[in-house]
Amino acid sequence: MGQLLQQLINGLTIGSFYALIALGYTMVYGVLKLINFAHGDLFMLGAYLGLVTLMGVVVNVGASASLLFLLLIFLIVMALVAGIGIVLERIAYRPLYRAGRLPPVISALGASIFLQNGVMLLYGARYRTYPEEFKAIIPDVIWEIGGARVSLIQVVMLAIAALLMAGLYFFVQYTRVGTAMRAVSLDHDTARLMGIDVYRIIMLVFLIGPALGAAGGMMVGLYYGRIYFTLGWGYGLKAFTAAILGGIGNIPGAMIGGLILGVIEALATGFVSDAWKNAIAFLVLVLILILKPTGLLGERVAEKL
Amino acid sequence: MKDLIGRLRKLDERYLYSALAALVILFPWIVRSVRWTQVANFFFVYALLGLSLNIILGYAGLFQLGHAAFYAVGAYTTAILSSRYDIPTFWLLPVAGLLSAVFAVLISRPILHLRGDYLCIVTIGFGEIVRIALRNDASSLVFLSKIPGLQFLEEKLTGLVITGGPNGIFGINRPAIFGFTFRQQWHYYYLFLAFVVFTVFAMRRLENSRLGRAWTCVREDELAAEAMGIDTVRVKLLAFAIGAAWAGVAGNLYASWVTVIAPESFSFWESVIMFCIVVLGGTGSIPGVLVGSIGMIVLPEILREVLSNIQQWRMLIFGAAMIAMMVFRPEGLWPSQRFRRELEIRD
Repeated sequence: MGQLLQQLINGLTIGSFYALIALGYTMVYGVLKLINFAHGDLFMLGAYLGLVTLMGVVVNVGASASLLFLLLIFLIVMALVAGIGIVLERIAYRPLYRAGRLPPVISALGASIFLQNGVMLLYGARYRTYPEEFKAIIPDVIWEIGGARVSLIQVVMLAIAALLMAGLYFFVQYTRVGTAMRAVSLDHDTARLMGIDVYRIIMLVFLIGPALGAAGGMMVGLYYGRIYFTLGWGYGLKAFTAAILGGIGNIPGAMIGGLILGVIEALATGFVSDAWKNAIAFLVLVLILILKPTGLLGERVAEKL
Repeated sequence: MKDLIGRLRKLDERYLYSALAALVILFPWIVRSVRWTQVANFFFVYALLGLSLNIILGYAGLFQLGHAAFYAVGAYTTAILSSRYDIPTFWLLPVAGLLSAVFAVLISRPILHLRGDYLCIVTIGFGEIVRIALRNDASSLVFLSKIPGLQFLEEKLTGLVITGGPNGIFGINRPAIFGFTFRQQWHYYYLFLAFVVFTVFAMRRLENSRLGRAWTCVREDELAAEAMGIDTVRVKLLAFAIGAAWAGVAGNLYASWVTVIAPESFSFWESVIMFCIVVLGGTGSIPGVLVGSIGMIVLPEILREVLSNIQQWRMLIFGAAMIAMMVFRPEGLWPSQRFRRELEIRD
């Protein structure tokens, strides 16, 4: 029982990272019907920029690392990666909106290779570690609940993720711009007729998605302490899986999909075999899609290539 | 680029093709370099893979991003049977193709009703499952013996080696025919060349066959195809089976060429390369696949030579080149007539 609870908690923590990244996939897919394979690498970029700014602030300014600083740096990194996301959209995707379904996928893969190798050139091919003093910002408190151990950092991670996701949900559901975003994801032409600037909405999506991904990147860096330039490949694939699991294009679907995927993985690690956990996660995805071809919450069916 | 291709088209095709054929046949003797012959061999293997994926992705329009799985089944079938039972690898050619096809039918049947991007992630998933299974080997399945009633598996699985885990399999036989064994890079060059030429010929026939036209029909409009009396499920299954069989053949050739294979040669990245070969060249186009293979396999090697003093920038430039190629030529480098017309209509 204790072990089950423990794996559930671990799974939810990992799942919240997946969910944050999955939101970027699902939002871009919603408005463009494009799988943005470079999104995982924007997440990785967030992890690196987080490390670099944290180091820069502590070394140059000599500031003692505090929680407030950490939040500020979160915002800075999110803004930086959002900027890169917008540039990426302008250069790599916008010229291809009328070119069918496959060419933008290649462009995204090219962007992914570009970002990975760019980070490798800038920060080296070896893994980098988040220094201990940043981890010390969040005190090492551990509670025992029903035989399972919950650390403060897990709670903080879950809280940040929940806060960001709730914010996004309310933004999309209850603001004018959010309504416009939903309209664009339903039908570009009709949305344009209603006076919505479709290109601005697409830009906004490429601002929010990468920003959330970057937050996820910093959280992974703080939680595991170790990052490397191919980080985006594995996490990106998992997050994309999560987005599909929940029904791609559906924002609550991505959140639920991410959490479910994290829990499946943790349970597979705890009760079956660590070596097979990724295979089991994919197997569950296949089974769910066989039974429900558009994911858990998805309704619209994708068109032909 | 457009200008150059246009001018080349106006030339008498016979001269062009005979010059090209002479160049290809004499290639190992022109470059006189083992390394470049090896690069050419890689090009051939990926051209075969690209042509096989082109059936699924190009003709039938099924979003397949896990083609490395079929390639792996062919290569591992060959490797296991060849290294254990000493069966000549040429005999294993049909076995590898057939097993790949059977595997493809088994996994694709339940997922055929998925559309577009859902199919994409499921094929990625199968690709990863195959790679993980190869990497973990049979002995890692010992956890199954915890299930009540399956305890007997414990002693059978412990220490069982089938795929060789992360180290893979070595000691694969080299191919031999009429007492001649293929050893040098240039031996393989001609072997692979023969296979590619045969495949291109076969694909051209297939493209315009009843089945090929049915694929195009399903790709363009599944509902209309069904209304015309095409058994869409059967047609799509055949696309998977034939594409996988050919990838299995490529796997057999690859295994017998390098004689050592490991799971990492069949990762998601390989599937991505095959996918890019098809789309960069021009989806559904046979010459496009060949041009795409040059772009994805030969170009990085050329960049390695040209940029010898800024080596580390190679992949960065390559990534940017991929974006640029798509932005400036979204229809691919050598698009098929059908796709070109389609793009014009859409504009």
